[in-house]
Formats: sequence, C-alpha cells, structure tokens
Amino acid sequence: MDLKSKCPTGPIETRWDRYRFELKLVNPANKRKYNIIVVGSGLAGGSASATLAELGYNVKCFCFQDSPRRAHSIAAQGGINAAKNYQNDGDSIYRLFYDTVKGGDFRARESNVYRLAQISVNIIDQCVAQGVPFAREYGGTLTNRSFGGAQVSRTFYARGQTGQQLLIGAYQALERQIGLGKVTMFPRTEMLDLIVIDGKARGIVVRNLVTGKVESHIADAVVLGTGGYGNVFYLSTNAKGSNCTAIWRAYKRGAAMANPCFTQIHPTCIPVSGDYQSKLTLMSESLRNDGRIWVPKKAGDKRPPNQIPDSERDYYLERRYPSFGNLVPRDVASRAAKAVCDEGRGVGTGLGVYLDFADAIKRLGKQGVKERYANLFDMYERITGENPYEVPMRIYPAIHYTMGGLWVDYNLMTTVPGLYSIGEANFSDHGANRLGASALMQGLADGYFVLPYTIGDYLANTKLEKIDESHAAVRDAETSVARQTKRFLEIKGKRTVASFHRELGKLIWDECGMARNEAGLKRALSTIPELREEFWKNVSVLGSGEELNQSLENAGRVADFLEFGELMCLDALRRNESCGGHFREEFQTPEGEAQRNDDLYSYAAAWEYAGEGKTPILNKEPLSFEYVHPSQRSYK
Amino acid sequence: MKLTLHIWRQKSSSETGKMIPYTVEANEHMSFLEMLDVLNEDLNARGEEPVAFDHDCREGICGSCGFMINGVAHGPQPSTTICQLHMRHFKSGDTLYLEPWRAKAFPVIRDLVVDRSAFDRIIAAGGFVSVPTGSAPDGNDILIPKKYADRSMDAAACIGCGACVAACPNAAAALFTGAKISHLGLLPQGQPERDERALKMVAQVKQEMFGSCTNIGECEAVCPKEIKLEVIARMNRDYLRACWTNRHEAQRTDGI
Repeated sequence: MDLKSKCPTGPIETRWDRYRFELKLVNPANKRKYNIIVVGSGLAGGSASATLAELGYNVKCFCFQDSPRRAHSIAAQGGINAAKNYQNDGDSIYRLFYDTVKGGDFRARESNVYRLAQISVNIIDQCVAQGVPFAREYGGTLTNRSFGGAQVSRTFYARGQTGQQLLIGAYQALERQIGLGKVTMFPRTEMLDLIVIDGKARGIVVRNLVTGKVESHIADAVVLGTGGYGNVFYLSTNAKGSNCTAIWRAYKRGAAMANPCFTQIHPTCIPVSGDYQSKLTLMSESLRNDGRIWVPKKAGDKRPPNQIPDSERDYYLERRYPSFGNLVPRDVASRAAKAVCDEGRGVGTGLGVYLDFADAIKRLGKQGVKERYANLFDMYERITGENPYEVPMRIYPAIHYTMGGLWVDYNLMTTVPGLYSIGEANFSDHGANRLGASALMQGLADGYFVLPYTIGDYLANTKLEKIDESHAAVRDAETSVARQTKRFLEIKGKRTVASFHRELGKLIWDECGMARNEAGLKRALSTIPELREEFWKNVSVLGSGEELNQSLENAGRVADFLEFGELMCLDALRRNESCGGHFREEFQTPEGEAQRNDDLYSYAAAWEYAGEGKTPILNKEPLSFEYVHPSQRSYK
Repeated sequence: MKLTLHIWRQKSSSETGKMIPYTVEANEHMSFLEMLDVLNEDLNARGEEPVAFDHDCREGICGSCGFMINGVAHGPQPSTTICQLHMRHFKSGDTLYLEPWRAKAFPVIRDLVVDRSAFDRIIAAGGFVSVPTGSAPDGNDILIPKKYADRSMDAAACIGCGACVAACPNAAAALFTGAKISHLGLLPQGQPERDERALKMVAQVKQEMFGSCTNIGECEAVCPKEIKLEVIARMNRDYLRACWTNRHEAQRTDGI
C-alpha cells in the first residue's frame, strides 16, 4: 500500500493557503450534478453536510439516532480551543500548533496540526454568527477558560454544554439545508457496508432500523463522520450507540486503519459502582481549573476525607508537576491516578481519587463555584447521591476518546479514492494524545473548512462512470449485509449480545487499557479470537430482521468490536515504545513517564486488511518534525 | 429491591399495544435504564423479546430517552432525564407504569420508542440563523450583554426530548418551539429573521398536529432542562408582532 500524505512543504504558515490555491474547483453550476453521502451527523458530519449543501452539492446524510441532533458530540462539556488570543496572554496560532504537536507526543503530522490551529479562529466566528451562546464578559466580549496541556486561556465555552451548543449550531445549519431540499436526511438508518467500484467509493448499504429494509445509496463520494471506537471497552464515556461499524466495514473494503492503539483515558470520570453499570460519566476537565486532586498519604487510610488533615494528604499532581499542577494533560493525569491507586491509596472502592473544591469555595464562595460548574455538580450528585459542595468528588480515569481511526491524507481522503473520513473517525491531528477542547475544534475544522475544499478537487479531477443500484458490486454488498442479519437470527444461542460485549470490554481494559505490556497483549490476542468464535456460535438475538430490533443492531456492532479489538491489541503490541495514551510498561523513564522511541517508531501505523483470518499488513507513514522538535514531554 | 413494572408493549406502529406486567430485581445504585437493561437480559434469557426504548448518551444531554413513569414524563425526580434517574428514589415493592410519550404528533414505533421527527421539521422551518459557512464576522465584532447571552443559553439548553409535549394535556409543542425562538430571538444574530422565524415555526407546529397552548404549565414542571414558561410568552409576542408587521407573509405561511 502506497501511503501518500500529500502534505505540502515550504514555510508552514502558508502551506494550507498555497495548497488551497492549487486545488481544482468545481464550477458552481456543476456542483449540483454531484451527489455526496455523509454518514454521521455530529460536529464533523453535520457541519460537512450543511456546508457541502450550501456550496450546491446534493447531500444525503445518515445517522442511526432518531434525529441528527443526538450525535454524541452533544455530550462534550468543557469547550473548544481557538487561537484568538482575546485574553492577551501570549497565545497565537503557532502556540496552539506547538501545544497540540507536543501534547500529541510527536505522533501527528505538523502540516495537519498547523492547519487546524489556523482554522480554529474561523470556527469561533462561524459558531458565534450561528447564534451559539458562548459565555461572555460583562462588556459583551467572549470569555475563555484554561484547559489541560496549555498555559494560556484559549478555551471558549457555553456553560458545561459546549458540545451541545456547537452541535445544535451545526444541526440548525443542516436543518436549514434539509428545509431547502439540498440535504436529504436519513435518521434511524445504519451504514452496514461500503460500495467500492473500480477501486473508488461509490456508495453505501444501509439498514433502515425501523422497517429493517436493506437498501443501497449511490454517490460520487462518501464521507464517514462516524466517531470513535471507545465502546470497544464496553464501559466508556461514549454514548451507548457509538460504534466502529462504519469505519470497520470501510477497512474491510480497503481503507487503512491508523494507530488503533492510541486511545485516550480521561482522568476525571465518576468511578464504577457495580457490575450492572452500563456506561461511565465524564466530569469535565474544566473542573481541574479549580479542583485539587489528592489521595491520603498513607495506604489503606479509610477515614472520611474531611477527617484527613492537610498534612496527611498527597496532592500528587501538584507535587510531581509543579508548573502545570492539576492541569497536566490527560494521559499524564490518568497514569498518575492509576499509580496512586496501585499503591493502595485509592479512595472509595479503591479505584478513585478525590477532586476537592474546598479551597475553591473558600476563594470564590459557593456562589462563584456554582456559576462555573453548577450543572456538573448537579450531575455528580444525581449519579452518586453525594453533594460535592460538602464532600470532595471521587473520580477515576475512563476511556473517553480514540485518536486512532481511518488513515487519511492531507485532503482527509482514506486509501480508498472517494472515501473521506472526518472528525474522530480519522486519525489525523491528535497524534498519540488529544488535548482537552480539541475534539470539537477538529470535528468542526474538518466539516466546515477542510473537506468542502478538498472534496471538490477529487470530483473535478476524477472521471466517474455512471452506475445504478443494479451494479454487481452493489448487489454483492447488499447480499453480504442480508446474510449477516440472517446469520445472527439463526444462531439462537444462550448468551446475550451485551454479555459478550462486557466480557470483551473487560479484557481490553485489563490488557490494552491505561497500561499495556507484551505478555498481556499476547494474552488478549489469543483470547479475543476464542471469544469471537463463541459469539458466532452462542449469541442469542431474538425477533426478526424486518422490524425495530435493538438486539440485532447491537449484535452487528459487537461483532465488529470483536474484530476491531484484536487489531487494536496487535497495534499496541507492535509499537514497542510508550507515547501519549499508549503506555507500555516496558518502556518508561525512571520517574515512570512515557518513553518514546523516535528512531524506530516515529511513524503512523496504517493497517491494511489482508482478508478473513489473515494477519493484517502494517504500512508505515514516517513522520518528520521541522518546527517542533521531539523532546521528552515535560510538564514539571 | 424488587419492583413490579407494567410496561406498554407494542410490536409496531400498525399494531395495537397493551400493558404487560413484569417483576425485576434492582439495586439502588442503578440508573433507571440500567434497571431496564437487567430486565431485558432476563427477558432475553427466557426467550422473550426485550423492551425497546430510545437511549444513547445516558448523561442527560442527547435527549434520546424518555417515557412516562406513573403518568409523569421522565419520572418523579425534577430536572432529571430518565437516564439520570437513579433507583435510590424508589423503594422495594413499588409498582411502576411505563408508557411511551403520548401525543398524536409522536406516533409509537415500538414499545416505548416514538417518532419525534416533527421536532426536526419545526427547526427546519425556521429555527436557525441563515449564515453560510465562511461568511461570519470576527466573534468579538458582535457584542452581546452577558445577561442576554445567559438568558439565550437558558433557552438553548433544550434537549428536544419531547417531555413537554407528552406532559401537556393538549400535546402542544409550545415549550419546545418557544425555547428555539427565545434562544435565537434574544441574540443580535437572530434579529434579521426574527419575524419570519416565528411565522414559519408556528405554522409548522400547526401542520404537525400538535395541540394549542392553554397555559397549563405541565411542560415546565417536567422539563429536565428547566426551560421556563416565559419562552412561550416570548414566542407568542414574536408571533403576534410578526403577524402585524408582515401581514402578507403571515397570510401566505399561516393563512390568517
């Protein structure tokens, strides 16, 4: 497989401008002759659909939820970064670029990250104009807060509901185009296969989740904005429906999957409370602005937190990282929490640390804290039954985001011509670790400001044969989807889909979670195929394929996770270094920090499907750093 | 804790449904939906089809979940979606009746799942600011007094779950529509299309067969995001003003 990143060269400040000028344009009158499919309606898919339709393309947008407004982008709490420097604190496009490359532990492309930082300022403008009610100063200007991994305040926010407000902005722009007839929306419709004809992506096969009808849609290009694969862990902060099916089926049709082992563990989630638990809930990282994280100094100290005097508390992040303190990046904060819990100093069930607001309440008053975090505090109390104004919150890391995804070039096109991947579904901008408030930025950058330019270049340069639903490749894809549905219903086994998902998740969390090692990964690689085999013999899916059948939907998603999880462990095993969210216990500094190996592993791993039962092929895209020179990340 | 649940089971929109009783073992740390997960695992093990219900984020923000518990939309806990409702608010021996949202504009698809696409069509009719990508001025060129930004945010917090419609004896969509009209109407960005927005959205509401608002206030009582009745007053004011100042437009869109 030939990986051509197509990254421009020359001065980084002008790369995107020069590149954009060289992209071919589609004449406005011709745009209406092209049909584009967008799968997913979150920040990336929603913004792309709206923008492509504004440009004049005919768009079909698909989502499995009942409305495009429900995509999981909606759950992002904290904010969105932009290099506006409105706070006059020394921010710049270059600094956002620098922080993101460094925060990603030098495993992202410089050209992509610089473009992202440049576009960040346009995103804020666009969202304000749409009516996103960002937080404001009394003078009427936009306000900011700080986030982990940065020493400037560049995060824009709308209370603790920034993702919701940005998504509603994109959703309203999308609904406007639906009203104008430029976008046809297909809610409650799930993509189950990609149609590739003459080596180009030409459409998708979908299942209508209400009627069960399997049908094909043909187009000139296909865009996947289908989010991340965090639910491979079963317990994650992702929505229950979030899945890897679209990107996995695209992988099996020829799109390379990059860096699947780069997963992000978010340090501030509500700890697990029991076996019945269905998901984990995130507490925004913004809480680390004012909350102080600590555990007792003594292992096994079971006193209630308010009876432990200050001198017997270990504010371990402030101690270990005096310059960033509680605002170290997510991977560092998560590993530090795991370390103190491994020492037996965890609180609650033993898997938890305190996030304490007592000092903030003294400094800002209860009202001041309420103004900043009321909805988060309320949510914590609803879930745990404890009042965080009185007792410290208990938090523990959980899977939250996946940096890996479909490999894309600078145009956001995968290794299948005409197939694009945007937002969390691709691997492009965050390297081995994503900084807080950067996911929203990337999703919207891809959808509003990158894809709409680059897709035109492909359409203008490519001659596409006219095809229809009767084409052999279309019928073949439809048949394979129908066959899978039939197979699920015929197994009539004893175990539920959820029980397999839970077992897979526990295995992946234990062996390929916050810390990984060779023996564990090898164990996982031998256990996952066994579990998969049992799944295909013993899963129980009731009902029929011609109706709303939630077990059937889940069966398809879990079947894909059972394959995806294996690739993820393989990728983790082959990357013999620690970087960002990928922490291999064998590779750490004497202080327990991640130790990269730039000589051997400064590349993006792009896995190529080799066929059923065959080991996938590893292709490498070397990464070079001209501007931000790789160094041991230090937040001390 | 042991609960008796009477759940509305309906195989599809074309078939009739009925209440079926079930018993379930739960514990107080579970969320309500986790309790239903347990029930569904039990049903599956017995070879009975699980209960269908909409849910996704389980963090109270996506708006997917929602049904009636003992006649109350989203159940007994104020300002709380069902996914965030925990079993500690119930006691062993309780009998609960679970029914889908009840409204003509929200037809039942299966069990507790309803079709809320009417809400999307109301937004498509006018719930937006027409600003194509790329045409925006600098973010700080538009100054917005903090109190207006805050009040706009209060209205924008709506998650589109449909509880307001389900709770309303008239099945009116006034709180939902008023929330969008207020969110945008309170901001300078929303002013150029303010009249047109009110006319078009209200016309769409009528077309979707939602009932009329008669100021009962059940919607505000069950709203998990605490959207205030004030948004309905704002919608009515904008609509009335738009009818007077845009008589031709009003005649065209609304036949008045």
